[in-house]
Amino acid sequence: MTSSWAIALLILAPLAAAALAFAFPKRGCRMALASAVIVTAALVVLARGVLAGGAQLHRVGGWGAPLGIDLRADGLAVLMLGITVLIASAVALYSRHFFSLEHDGEAPHRARYFWPLFLFLWAALNALFLSADIFNLYVTLELLGFAAVTLVALAGRREALNAAMRYLFVSLSASLFYLLGVALVYGQCATVDLTALGAKAQPGPALWVALTLMTGGLAAKAALFPLHFWLPPAHANAPAPVSALLSALVVKGSFYILLRLWFEAFPALLTPAVAQAFGALGAAAILWGSINALFQPRLKLLVAYSTVAQLGYLFLLFPLAGARDDGFLAWSGGLIFLGAHACAKTAMFLTAGNILHAAGHDRIRDLDGITHVLPISAFAFGLAGLSLVGLPPSGGFAGKWLLLSACLAQGQWWWVIVMLFGSLLAAAYVMRVLNHAFTHVPDPATPNPIPPVMEWTALVLAVLAVGLGLVAAWPVEVLRLGAPAILGGAGP
Amino acid sequence: MKGARATMPDHRIYLLAGAALFVIGFYSLLVQAHLLRRIMALNVMGSGVFLVFIALGALTPGAFPDPVPNAMVLTGIVVSVCATGLGLALADRLQTDADKVELEDGPETSRNTTDTKEESGG
Repeated sequence: MTSSWAIALLILAPLAAAALAFAFPKRGCRMALASAVIVTAALVVLARGVLAGGAQLHRVGGWGAPLGIDLRADGLAVLMLGITVLIASAVALYSRHFFSLEHDGEAPHRARYFWPLFLFLWAALNALFLSADIFNLYVTLELLGFAAVTLVALAGRREALNAAMRYLFVSLSASLFYLLGVALVYGQCATVDLTALGAKAQPGPALWVALTLMTGGLAAKAALFPLHFWLPPAHANAPAPVSALLSALVVKGSFYILLRLWFEAFPALLTPAVAQAFGALGAAAILWGSINALFQPRLKLLVAYSTVAQLGYLFLLFPLAGARDDGFLAWSGGLIFLGAHACAKTAMFLTAGNILHAAGHDRIRDLDGITHVLPISAFAFGLAGLSLVGLPPSGGFAGKWLLLSACLAQGQWWWVIVMLFGSLLAAAYVMRVLNHAFTHVPDPATPNPIPPVMEWTALVLAVLAVGLGLVAAWPVEVLRLGAPAILGGAGP
Repeated sequence: MKGARATMPDHRIYLLAGAALFVIGFYSLLVQAHLLRRIMALNVMGSGVFLVFIALGALTPGAFPDPVPNAMVLTGIVVSVCATGLGLALADRLQTDADKVELEDGPETSRNTTDTKEESGG
């Protein structure tokens, strides 16, 4: 198998599995696991190809750009694909049991449609990470949005339908803003290829308008403050495994496109003012999200607001990596942070799902003594919290450390204050949950039994979030391959 | 040359009309409450974007309009049909289940709406 075929397989495997899971509803979980095996194998082949020979290309149907579609994989794409297969596999293992525990009228419906939608979501994510042009990115963004909206609606309750509908409006209008930007870029540069744009694009009024439209749309989809309003209801009302997918992966798809746009296609337009503006919105997201998380009555809402805050850290990458010197330090820090957050947040939402099933609610003030009944889940939540707060040796710590080093190296001390304050707030909201969980109650209520797999998948992801800090050097090396030229110092 | 120059203003008209449709659609999406109207507003926005694409394709100098934007618009129309279908299905479900044709503002985050007992079954 060559790298080129591996690229095709990375999209086709989950897509075919989705179609099969729709046709054979009882085999949904098996299709997902088979897809996980194929995707992992293809990703190993692709990663070897990228490590040996740099960015790899697949021309769909042999046509090539501009009439055909090019798919491309570099170090960043490989890393994102790797995070995706990890989270998707864990969610697949978890979901089989999660949906079999539900017995209300809508339960068979949910168990049936979850699998094809989840696999479509996965195929869309893989296609997004492999897209080499901004129009194909639009198409994958829409596919991702459709799957995500439908998965939110899957919960079937009135709040979930309402949240899904609002999510659909935000998602579609944001995509149209992005698409209008694509039209203007094409009118100006006569190409949509990311690499060709990087060589061609010169700042001008039309491009500024185009990039503003695209960035606005993507910022809404990535839930960047102040466009985050749709995220907490959508993420909190979805079934737990869906919340995990949305928080860990879906919002990062839009963030990934923003990185490709500003650092690869239009680096000439990433002026210090633009970069600082991104950072300011990120800082506001950190503070606003964390403070709101502190006051949420329900666990899933707390975790969802924490996502708003943690996404803020990712946007600090713009002022720090766009600063021309030592850019790669912040670039790798931000992306390690992204990986750690994906693992930690999935662990947290899966834990929240366990608590919902075991206790029948997720009200934080009534969680007293939950460690007695769900010790593994509580431990997983604590470990994931460790990474969110950024304590060593977690992946969250490694990411923040690299970002902080970049701050200090470049003298941008104001971000240091935001990051430290954000960590304190994260510690506060994580401790708020743990305080209740570890409160001793003499006579804990008898919980509904939870299959061990559901607790262990959460724990494994939490351990990975913590362990990522110990092996952070490896993803950094992968990120170097094909890193944008603007970062400087990315060479060996 | 003379002919090409004479047709230029026409293309600009389409460009401006596309932009106007986009703005009108987005404005309606923000101010309208009925779900059906908002779905239609999204379609108007989409039509605006497609019109801009086509106008820009015609602006490229040469005897024939650029086919690439046309291909993109075709893809965009397929996406927009799917989006409308999904939106209508969701709106229909909201009307049947909750008897609502408008979005409720932020009740999802309030304290007591979601009691998840029915979700956990036995």
